[in-house]
Amino acid sequence: MSPDFIIAAIITVVGLSTPILLAGLGELVVEKSGVLNLGVEGMMLVGAISGFAVTVYTFNPWFGVLGAAAGGALASLIFAVLVLQLNSNQVATGLALTIFGTGISSLMGLSFTGRIVMPFTSVFPDVLAKHDYLRLIFGYSPLVYFALIMVPLTTWFLKSTRAGLILRAVGENDLSAHSIGYSVIKVRYAAIAFGGAMAGIGGCYFSMVITPMWAEKMTAGRGWIALALVVFAGWRTGRLFAGAYFFGILMALELYAKASGFSFLPSQFWAAMPYAMTVIALSFISSRGTAGANAPACLGKPFLPST
Amino acid sequence: MASPARLELTGITKRFPGVLANDNVGFSVKPGEIHALLGENGAGKSTLVKMIYGIMQPDAGEIRWDGQRISVPNPKVARKLGIGMVFQHFSLFEAMTVLENIALGMDAKIPARELESRILAVMGQYGLKLEPHRIVSTLSVGERQRIEIVRALLLNPKLLIMDEPTSVLTPQEVEQLFAVLRKLAEEGCSILYISHKLHEIKALCDTATILRGGQLVDTCDPAVETSRSMAEKMIGGSLKDISRVAGREFGATKLAVKALSLAADGPFGTALSDISFNVRAGEIFGVAGVAGNGQNALLLALSGEATNADPASVTVDGVAVGHMQARARRGHGMGSVPEERNGHAAVPIFTLADNAVLTARDRLGMVRAGLIDAKAARTYAGEVIEAFSVKATGPGAMAESLSGGNLQKYIMGREILQKPQVLIVSQPTWGVDAGAAAAIHQALVDLAATGSAIVVISQDLDELLSLCDTMAVINGGRLSRPMAVADAKIDEIGLLMGGIHGDVAHAH
Repeated sequence: MSPDFIIAAIITVVGLSTPILLAGLGELVVEKSGVLNLGVEGMMLVGAISGFAVTVYTFNPWFGVLGAAAGGALASLIFAVLVLQLNSNQVATGLALTIFGTGISSLMGLSFTGRIVMPFTSVFPDVLAKHDYLRLIFGYSPLVYFALIMVPLTTWFLKSTRAGLILRAVGENDLSAHSIGYSVIKVRYAAIAFGGAMAGIGGCYFSMVITPMWAEKMTAGRGWIALALVVFAGWRTGRLFAGAYFFGILMALELYAKASGFSFLPSQFWAAMPYAMTVIALSFISSRGTAGANAPACLGKPFLPST
Repeated sequence: MASPARLELTGITKRFPGVLANDNVGFSVKPGEIHALLGENGAGKSTLVKMIYGIMQPDAGEIRWDGQRISVPNPKVARKLGIGMVFQHFSLFEAMTVLENIALGMDAKIPARELESRILAVMGQYGLKLEPHRIVSTLSVGERQRIEIVRALLLNPKLLIMDEPTSVLTPQEVEQLFAVLRKLAEEGCSILYISHKLHEIKALCDTATILRGGQLVDTCDPAVETSRSMAEKMIGGSLKDISRVAGREFGATKLAVKALSLAADGPFGTALSDISFNVRAGEIFGVAGVAGNGQNALLLALSGEATNADPASVTVDGVAVGHMQARARRGHGMGSVPEERNGHAAVPIFTLADNAVLTARDRLGMVRAGLIDAKAARTYAGEVIEAFSVKATGPGAMAESLSGGNLQKYIMGREILQKPQVLIVSQPTWGVDAGAAAAIHQALVDLAATGSAIVVISQDLDELLSLCDTMAVINGGRLSRPMAVADAKIDEIGLLMGGIHGDVAHAH
């Protein structure tokens, strides 16, 4: 294997890992607050088209990213109202959000099909970004660095800030948090909106960095991988980071198997691997009895303060 | 006049749909006074303190604090005023550390290091032992309560509300708690102490306010009153003693448990190890212990929900049933009532008649050729309702429509009227009011008098001492040597409950 091949492979893995890392970080925060939002795929698609559309009109990909975040957050707020205000079933509502997001993004994207947007310019000088080897470090889209910065930031937020402590408390025992005097609903609104914004940014990585153009259902199920990733990581940010890159390798192998007709194992095998790994990781962790302690205790349960 | 009362309530009224939870209640608490709020389940004690703490708002009436009329829109305001509360069901976060739990209860932002040193100071001052970096799920119930107390004390409260604090503690832990409360009161902190345990109130409190059905019945001095007189005010009638024949002789061994062991069910379960005891005909055998020491596992292993490879580990009337499932054991004359009423002892969305079929079908022939004999089920359910004065619309009522106490009476009745040779019950009067508890106790005593052997697993020591002939203590999945209740010493039982094993129990 030539060095060029290895460098190209690494750059592919980073590109595949970044959207699921972004969406996964958002979903991790949502789940830590005790809400299971299965609508990640839908929010990513809404983010992808919103970011694309804003960039088309403003000619500025940075505004596009803001648009993607806003689009994802708006989509997530539909879910939030249903789940938090009307106590609808979170699983069903999340699935509905994915279906809705798929449809609305296709509708919004009708007039954008075939158009191309201005891609991000590198934040580093070309000497570094286009260098044969240094591009391994400096040659990525700004969103890649954003995702990498968000990992320690999210960790710090959850572990060391008071707001993070309250968010975890709400996910751990909503009734207790309520009786102490925290607003469970407000905390969950904020968490869901954050998750939506992160999924939206993850989605716009497809329409603004990878291609950069809009196509229907272009996230191709990566929202589901992001969901699996959160469970695979055992709701820990550090493991989520490692898991995103591990899943990125599996997805790269899938692409490679597809493109090269690599006959050793079919591409479908690699496509299934992230899910299989999640099941294996989950049964391994729960057999040691520590996953139960780490999964937010109120995950997926409606908040019903009656007595 | 002396200084104004710390807390004064007048005309407090709170209405829920269909219920008047508090009806024109008024009393006052002086600085440094330990004031008991006494009443049965559903008397309105919890509703009242929730209004003082700002969780609920009164429909009418006024609250005065140091003479000033106040409104308490939320717990934050209450804490700012200097009102602290320790809940009956702890509002703790299992997966978090002691420190994080306490930080969550503080309104002010305090750096973790400073908070830790303040916690250590408060713990030192009141002799409360806690390790700030332990995860809560690894702590005992007593330690969890200490977290709540420390959390409340850090706010320098002028009024501390304790909601049934001792229901989960060993006698020694209760003593430690009382010492802390007395010290607090000496320093001028008022304490509002909610309980229905009369001897505790006599031992601790200066004044007692008694509620019944949402109304104030009396405010009295517990030192002057007897436990009996306060109990009668509480239930609004005279208390019946358990009537039993004195000097009863026990018959042959009905239930024999020999070297019974059971692996722990999941990471938070307790394993049973090497449990042996015998219960004779006519004997009521009590198993005391603090929650979570293997009571659930013991019930499952005895009832047959958990089976054992060794048939001889459990024998009923000489038949080895250790390997049998619950239904087969029932066929040999065993009956059982688990602790959890809804979803374990009864199916909430089934009618009472259908729930009767679940355990009585074989013994009372409610199933013929695979079909349920609905008439027989309804008739039997009706008999149970009648015999145990269950408040329900009839055999067709859904189990979930009954109040906790009534469902408990129904479930106990369902087993007792089948006249089992051996009956295993766990927490028979948990959350049941005093009148119903007395009825359940009487039914158990009557069943024993007909020659059945009964095992009562309970965390309520008073219940066991008044009901049982023989008792043993379960701790960490091991059972102490049985002792006759007549010569049992409460200190010794307390030590056993706290896990002090060995020769203490059988020094003689």
